[in-house]
Amino acid sequence: MPLRQPAARAAGANGVGRLVTPLPPGLTTVPSLGRWIRLTDDGRVVALTGKVEIGQGLLTALRTVVAEELDVEPGRVEVVSAHTGRTPDEGTTAGSMSIETSGANLRQASAWARRLLLERASNRLGVPVARLDVADGEIRAPGVNERLDYWQLIDAAFLDFEIPEHTPEKPPAEYRWVGHAGQRRVDVEAKATAAAFVHDAPAELHARLVRPPSVNHRLAELDIRVASPGTLVVDGSFVAVAHPSESEAVRWAERVADKARWRLALRSPRAEIDEQRRAAAAAFPIRDGRPVRGPRREIPTTFRATYSRPFLMHASLGPSAASALWHADGLASAPRLVIESASQGIESLRGVIARATGLDVDGIEVRHVAGAGCYGHNGADDAAFDAALVARAVPGRKVLLKWSREDEHGFEPLGPPMHIEMGAKLDARGRVAAWTHDVYGFTHVSRPSPRAAGVDLLSARLLGEPLEPSPSRPALAPEVGIHRNALPIYAFPAQEVTKHFIAGAPVRTSALRGLGAQGNVFAIESFMDELAHEADVSPDEFRRRHLGQDARAVAVLDAALAASGGLAGNRGLGLARYKNRQCCAAVVAEVAVDDSTAAIRVAKLWIAADAGRVIDPDGLRNQLEGGAIQALSWCLKEAVTFDSEGAVANRDWESYPILRFSEVPTVETVLVDHPELDPVGAGEATVGPTSAALANAVFAATGLRVRDLPMTPERLRQVAAG
Amino acid sequence: MIAFRLDGRAAQFSEDQRDTPLIYVLRDDGLREMTPKFGCGLEQCGACRVLVDGSPEYACTLPAGAVANRHVETSAGMDGAVRRALIDANATQCGYCLPGIVVAAEALFRVDPHPTRDQIAEALDAQLCRCGSQPRVLRALTALAGW
Repeated sequence: MPLRQPAARAAGANGVGRLVTPLPPGLTTVPSLGRWIRLTDDGRVVALTGKVEIGQGLLTALRTVVAEELDVEPGRVEVVSAHTGRTPDEGTTAGSMSIETSGANLRQASAWARRLLLERASNRLGVPVARLDVADGEIRAPGVNERLDYWQLIDAAFLDFEIPEHTPEKPPAEYRWVGHAGQRRVDVEAKATAAAFVHDAPAELHARLVRPPSVNHRLAELDIRVASPGTLVVDGSFVAVAHPSESEAVRWAERVADKARWRLALRSPRAEIDEQRRAAAAAFPIRDGRPVRGPRREIPTTFRATYSRPFLMHASLGPSAASALWHADGLASAPRLVIESASQGIESLRGVIARATGLDVDGIEVRHVAGAGCYGHNGADDAAFDAALVARAVPGRKVLLKWSREDEHGFEPLGPPMHIEMGAKLDARGRVAAWTHDVYGFTHVSRPSPRAAGVDLLSARLLGEPLEPSPSRPALAPEVGIHRNALPIYAFPAQEVTKHFIAGAPVRTSALRGLGAQGNVFAIESFMDELAHEADVSPDEFRRRHLGQDARAVAVLDAALAASGGLAGNRGLGLARYKNRQCCAAVVAEVAVDDSTAAIRVAKLWIAADAGRVIDPDGLRNQLEGGAIQALSWCLKEAVTFDSEGAVANRDWESYPILRFSEVPTVETVLVDHPELDPVGAGEATVGPTSAALANAVFAATGLRVRDLPMTPERLRQVAAG
Repeated sequence: MIAFRLDGRAAQFSEDQRDTPLIYVLRDDGLREMTPKFGCGLEQCGACRVLVDGSPEYACTLPAGAVANRHVETSAGMDGAVRRALIDANATQCGYCLPGIVVAAEALFRVDPHPTRDQIAEALDAQLCRCGSQPRVLRALTALAGW
């Protein structure tokens, strides 16, 4: 094992200053090694992460990172995920950031653990560190009979060690596991064979909700002369039942629902992003990557097209669930409220529940337990608060609360609709001379946060003493919300990209996989195809003309074309780099459109992606493919509608159909690996490119340009009819 | 008590649970068989699938009384090649739909060990997956079928 080079080195010929590799931010905030890496007496390694498994394979990838850096077999490493007070606070698991952040923290912490252990071994054996070799935690030196292992070398000082600065990490050329195939997911076997989800948690009481028709309704009357076999919790318009038997809780909730009368207390603003609402929107042109309040520059354009997507659901397969135990009179040192939740942000959730209940933050413990895939901000946090409200009414008894399917479809925060107006001018050589992009919509960002103005948990507003949600405000950081991926990947001589924020959504809207990137990339990449058609250039050549010096994007484009054999036939292309910083993905879609039914069948997808250094090739493929299939489902089938009182009309899978086994294409995925570069997030990278590739393939197949999602047979007929 | 077999072993539940949907009887404190998942309660998603005497049923609506003296099989008990193939291929993402897919695929492979991709897709068409793991489920099972 060669000695690793020190990170600090002289920078610049003048010798002024030194270029020092900074610590990953998580280790600056939490420098104590024992908060990240522990070695247990039974010969295991425990790695602690503040991020959570949401089906993206994170815990498997983090295990690989730690095993690699420490030189132990991956099977020895257990990754402990988000648990307040135990794991480091690494914020919310969102934005495809976990490998970049938690992965970097654990890699560096593991490098320090290895370094400290080898220094101890060196002292013990009288052999320089450079001559020591490690295999599966066993340390050997040539010519020395004594063998040591990591576990013989740990002491209190090891755990208490404060990481002072960056230490060199293993060079990627020496990797045995990172980037290599064959990593078995750590959580899948249990999910096929045993209790593995928060829904499966043991509890004394099962709870169900009796929800109003919508968040705008309030309880008018509840005839509680219903025989009461368990506990009925009524706080304003928050109504729930709890019973030791789950089936009794379900049955009883149905009976209580029959006795409840609701009144429409509030009227929602209109759901349509129509001309009037667009005129009232606040414009934020993007300057140096950031939306800035002010007028947009007028740039003359000659080609214009408008694209849209509807309200979309996360539509988790398992309705949201959580457990809560409210201790009657605990010790001062013990938490008063203990929650198990599938929340993506347990620390924020704890803070907001503290605010809503009046408990100290330290009086609440939240542990992440897996839920069904969420794809962004779904009902997980809301369900945790619901469980806490019920638990408060039955102190000392653990409550497991589950939403019904109708609750889930009816009350999850929706992915907001988008309205995108594109404009361009072509020069005489068939190049884009000017480009405008105006994207209109409601917020994509309303996760609960202790720093927010209001309490953004669904039931808070229903309580007898209501706690109101935060007013919706435009997100102004780079690449968030409405304007995520509104900036094109291409280099245009003149462009104006503007976010138009509309306050007052008719329902809660929040983060759905990719946020604005799906709509923006769908619009940009569809429009690029329209312009290529206008310029009479192939879609790939037209893109190449505008990719400038972006060699990595060109390489991804080339890889997708090589895999698919090109765009001839009923094929379309989509390309984007997520947040203009993370994974770059190109997708080629091949479709068949039935002449008589106008149904679109996607026969095949080819995906090429560059996510920097690949940690787990299979896990990366799984994420890229999953995002692509989900995007096909959105684009082909999905749209949320509302009834006359503003309630979500799609309350089951019949009225909100998603893509089925018989409708999914075969998928071929090519990874462009860069072991020398840091990994970047990829879980949301394919939703935009796939959406556009589909629309472009439909155009190739039919000559019909579908600009409004979803591309149902009815829509196709409308477009054909002009 | 009403007797039935659960994954090859003797099991029972009380008379008054006769009309209770099977999923609650399987998951309650007595049996605690947690692999059948509640997804919709409407026979629309397949997350609750179990085999009853070899044929796939929706545990979310089937009255428990219907399984008296019959054999209920869940993903937990299906330690054969189908479940192995899906686990080995990491053929899932969040895993919530996985037990139902194991059950539906097991039912197919018992009848036909060499189904085509289209036949597998058809047999699994009542199983919803929101994560988009269908392509790799189909890959894993077509490989198992020897294609």
